[in-house]
Amino acid sequence: MNRVVTGAHYGLRDWLAQRVTAAIMAVYTVIALVVLLSGVPITYSVWHDLFSQGWMRVATLLFAASLAWHAWVGVRDILMDYVKPDGLRLALQVAVLLVIAAYFGWAIEILWG
Amino acid sequence: MSQAAVKKTRPKYLSLQALLFEIRLPVPGWVSILHRVSGALLFLAMVWLLWMLDRSLSSEEGFERVRHYAGLWPVKLSLLVLLWAYAHHFCAGIRYLFLDLDKGIDKATARLTSWIVLATSLALTAVLGWKLW
Repeated sequence: MNRVVTGAHYGLRDWLAQRVTAAIMAVYTVIALVVLLSGVPITYSVWHDLFSQGWMRVATLLFAASLAWHAWVGVRDILMDYVKPDGLRLALQVAVLLVIAAYFGWAIEILWG
Repeated sequence: MSQAAVKKTRPKYLSLQALLFEIRLPVPGWVSILHRVSGALLFLAMVWLLWMLDRSLSSEEGFERVRHYAGLWPVKLSLLVLLWAYAHHFCAGIRYLFLDLDKGIDKATARLTSWIVLATSLALTAVLGWKLW
């Protein structure tokens, strides 16, 4: 049977990205929990010093980038399942992309601002 | 043989109404829809969480205000819900990674791991909630 494959072929890339970004966030989560629950009381200076360190900033940036991509794929899937009118779905998808871009920019500003 | 009679309508969608009222979900189905709900919840709450991170790192005064704010019961309750959402999304996500590798796909194992996900995420919420406050 000859099948004509159509589409933009972004499905596999998104599927894989969803899993790779999940793995990155899972590692960050475990590290963050170990740091937070190490027994040192979290005061402002402890909290501020933690986010002043280069490795923590870079790790958090990686987390934020992973989250942005992961959230985009996830929210897009939800919109594709429940929002049927094309125009509305496109509008919502654009809005979600803008929100995610804004969040990511804000995260960078928090880390290096 | 009437082929036209069995012609299926495509595409098919799982409607929210069907999910809520018509389909009685087995446990893996609950893990699945809660994975989706928790993900959506975390996305919607991101602006609030970023705001708290921003304030807490801005100054000592900001940090103390966020700490006080997080201690108010409606805030604490909301944060616990988000903590559960994160824990559930985390545990269910790890289960899906194993399913991708064809591990635990038979019905009995899939149901068992679903119960484990539900129980572990609730336990994590309780333990971490208790530790963080």
